[in-house]
Amino acid sequence: MDFTFNEEQTLIQDQVDQFVLKEYDWETRQSLSNSELGFGKENWQKFAELGWLGISVSEDSGGFGGSAIESMLIMEAFGKGLVVEPFLETMIMSGGLIDDFGSQEQKSSLLEPAIAGEMQLALAYAEPQSRFNLSDVVTEAKVDGNNYILNGYKSVVMNGPSADKILVSARTSGSQLDEAGITIFIVDAEAEGLMKTNYKTVDGRRASDLTIENVTVSDTDVIGKVNSGFEVLDSAIDKAILAISAEAVGAMEVLYKTTVEYTKTREQFGTAIGKFQVLQHRMVDMFMEYEQCKSLLYMATMKHEEGSADAKKAISGLKYQVGKAGKFIGQQAVQLHGGMGVTDELNVGHYFKRLTTVGTIFGNTDYHLKKYTSL
Amino acid sequence: MDLKFSESDIAFRQEVVSFLQDEYPEDIKEKQDRRIPLEKEEIVRWQKVLNQKGWFAINWPKDYTGLDELSVTQKYILQEELAKANTPTTIPFGMGMCAPVIYTFGTEQQKQKFLPSILNSDVWWCQGYSEPGSGSDLASLKTKAELKEDKYIVNGAKTWTTLAQHADWIFCLVRTETTSIKQEGISFLLIDMNTPGIEVKPIITIDGSHEVNMVYFDNVEVPEENLVGEEGQGWNIAKFLLAHERSGIAGISALKRELARLKDLSSEIPLGEGTLLEDVQFRNKIEETEIELTATEFTELRTLAAMSQGGSPGAESSILKIKGTELQQTISELFVEMLGYYAHPFYLENEIGSNETVGPDYAAPVMPHYLNYRKVSIYGGSNEIQRNVISKAILGL
Repeated sequence: MDFTFNEEQTLIQDQVDQFVLKEYDWETRQSLSNSELGFGKENWQKFAELGWLGISVSEDSGGFGGSAIESMLIMEAFGKGLVVEPFLETMIMSGGLIDDFGSQEQKSSLLEPAIAGEMQLALAYAEPQSRFNLSDVVTEAKVDGNNYILNGYKSVVMNGPSADKILVSARTSGSQLDEAGITIFIVDAEAEGLMKTNYKTVDGRRASDLTIENVTVSDTDVIGKVNSGFEVLDSAIDKAILAISAEAVGAMEVLYKTTVEYTKTREQFGTAIGKFQVLQHRMVDMFMEYEQCKSLLYMATMKHEEGSADAKKAISGLKYQVGKAGKFIGQQAVQLHGGMGVTDELNVGHYFKRLTTVGTIFGNTDYHLKKYTSL
Repeated sequence: MDLKFSESDIAFRQEVVSFLQDEYPEDIKEKQDRRIPLEKEEIVRWQKVLNQKGWFAINWPKDYTGLDELSVTQKYILQEELAKANTPTTIPFGMGMCAPVIYTFGTEQQKQKFLPSILNSDVWWCQGYSEPGSGSDLASLKTKAELKEDKYIVNGAKTWTTLAQHADWIFCLVRTETTSIKQEGISFLLIDMNTPGIEVKPIITIDGSHEVNMVYFDNVEVPEENLVGEEGQGWNIAKFLLAHERSGIAGISALKRELARLKDLSSEIPLGEGTLLEDVQFRNKIEETEIELTATEFTELRTLAAMSQGGSPGAESSILKIKGTELQQTISELFVEMLGYYAHPFYLENEIGSNETVGPDYAAPVMPHYLNYRKVSIYGGSNEIQRNVISKAILGL
């Protein structure tokens, strides 16, 4: 058993930590989040140049052949800075999916430009009625010669506004809730019949709802096998859960540390409020929740890497804990900062908001507890 | 022991229901039902409608309203029906806070000058208590008022001042003397917001709304006659007011309405082959909340009953503050949970209610409400402070 990172991993961890520390201060983060695009184009180029974008993509697909551990380290550092650049959406969710299931042609046309920072991607898996169930798909794709014609609606597609290509799950056979019969299609953002409604999300990021009306795609735009899209999605979301959990762990660390520092300096009743035992115990609980998350994150990431039989169960356990701890740490960080905690000006409320959305994205605590039980 | 309402109480309830059918303005109702934030004019208009009927300042003594007072049960029924119909929450700063101070501690001249315009909602008040350095430890406040001839010269800053952007007047706790016991040098002063030297700066909160403000005082001249009570009596007045503020703080009727709404809406959200409300995990959370809510309701009723027999709301009101705010937060959280991904699209106040929002038509205000309600366990004496009060005053620890 070994919980240390190898040399290259330590190097990348330092590199990303330094970037967040030196080039991603709070003002910068807020101005990027509030900009038209919602993130920094130059940062994205920089990530590409430093090799971060392709770090976990296999060498066969044009990446650097790293594992989920490298992604975890990047995401954890991003979580500390509440980085808004869509690494999760483009590289982990969509890029990872193409890496694992895409054809050579798809890898060179999508993954290579993505690694080079020249293409943005998004994965459209949720629908108004689906909640967190990946196999609840109403959007349908009908065969038309060598083409498919797509009709339907996709909800809250993260990074939708910037995405050049969107990976869309659609039903090619079976009924609404069946796991079998789903297929993943590559849809061009400019495709005729595709309408994006773009908006900001509460965590300062961007998303879209998609109306899909008679959008025509070719059969070469199918990722993986026809009717086997559920396995593709399920695998992509597992990786995405590991990544977003790492981000959450980074955010939790900042929140509990910021809170501890604040209570050391904020004085009421003639003393630092951190001297009050009731607050001390609260912060101890925040700290322990963070540590527990980190433990499950390492455990689940390693099980996933090793292809353990119970990796999926570990991932659901992790996501449950992240939801529970993220809520507790976020709410208590706000509470202990008092009125300041609810201001837009202070970063604490924004970390709380991201932990709130992370708690829901890819399934909330109820969903993963149920899944954990069933596995 | 008896839970039944009398014939006359039932008749009173009917009167409230028909009043609401006839007098609750349609345009305000529509905005309220869609959870669109109201303008100042709409709130004032509704308060005037209530006052016309004599149902606005229901806790004022009859000397100042000229009306017979409602019984405790009638007040309970009125508030329940107003909440059930989702009428706008009345603004407490004038009617519920400043006025009781004035009619309890003020001079005859102050009563005549200020009470009628509060009753008629012609003057909007805000509350100047907290300061950047004085939150839970309110008595450490530093805003200074020095008497020079017949005027107080006020310097300092107040924070978290709710709706100060609309206010004509502010009631303030100020320091008139530096004393060894910090509570003793505090006084209660009424200040016209139009006086030169006052500046209001918005504080934007995490829900994106502008509800609270900083209020700065730079050599603001206040006539001596605007002092309420005596110099140094401010802390006692503040304590009197806090007890006033806490009764009814639980907002039980509104919580019952929101919980019922949560059930209704979640019964329409598909989950697999059933609905979200049929999901045992979600349903259990609703039921746990319902039981806690019922307990809090009856804790409040027991407090009210004791008050009607001459008791005063003491430290027991801290129980209601804690339980009420915890319930408010839990329910706002369940709404977020209900929506799943559609809690995430984020719109500003002026966009809520527009046609550009995505998801269910009730979705847009849900997350802002959840975020905004993190304040309820912080304001009015944080829940940590309330637990200190209970531990000291009730448990004797």
